[in-house]
Amino acid sequence: MSNSVLWYATRGAGAVTLILLTAVVVLGILTALRVEGRGWPRFLVTGLHRNLALMTLVFLALHIVTAVVDPYTNLGWASALIPFSSYYRTFWLGLGVISFELLLAIVVTSLLRGYLGHNTWRVIHWLTYAAWPIGVIHGLGTGTDAWSAWMLAITGGCIAAVVIALLWRLAAGSRDPLSSERSTFRAAVDRREAR
Amino acid sequence: MSDERHLVVDRIKCDGRGLCAEILPELIRLDDWGYPILKPGPIPEHLRPLAERAIDDCPVLAIAMRRAEKRS
Repeated sequence: MSNSVLWYATRGAGAVTLILLTAVVVLGILTALRVEGRGWPRFLVTGLHRNLALMTLVFLALHIVTAVVDPYTNLGWASALIPFSSYYRTFWLGLGVISFELLLAIVVTSLLRGYLGHNTWRVIHWLTYAAWPIGVIHGLGTGTDAWSAWMLAITGGCIAAVVIALLWRLAAGSRDPLSSERSTFRAAVDRREAR
Repeated sequence: MSDERHLVVDRIKCDGRGLCAEILPELIRLDDWGYPILKPGPIPEHLRPLAERAIDDCPVLAIAMRRAEKRS
């Protein structure tokens, strides 16, 4: 019986990780959009973004540890850390490992952001756009519940949320309050240099 | 007194996101374009934690704390 408890924990933590990670990605896009309103200050969005990201790692750790220690799966720790080293569903598990390691890199660099500098941190933070879809594909490919109605609803909702946020972000363009001033200035500099 | 600190803004990095003013309105207000205007003088001791939070939360790492320079 304890075996199936671990297995349920793996599946449940995987689903929760997907929901949390999606929320983190959407909140991250919202910070770039500079969303704010009454009773919804901007530091709330960034604070939620960071705290939910840390919570995502907790559930992701639970997802991985319960999968590995489950004696039924017999995966071994190496397969949790080295992509495509698992005998079991090599490809799909490998995607999960890659997604996990990308997220780890993103979180660690975010915690050390002050030491790395903004530009380095930002480049690494772009990995989010790889980690999230790889995680979603991992879930669809090997999730035990992937094609059950409730899990399909969760996955579909998560994909829809990120796609909507992304489209909103792309449509909004730059929210730089001085963008028109900057472009005028840049154009003037270009004219001078062309002469 | 030697541990007095001041806030400084890197005006080139600053993007006018305005988070610092939300977190620390006691010392930071925003101009018409959303860029911070700092209240002159050292950071009061009781506002130090908020100042640290404002620094950590700046999306472009444009704000920092500096030890007050000694005046001759």
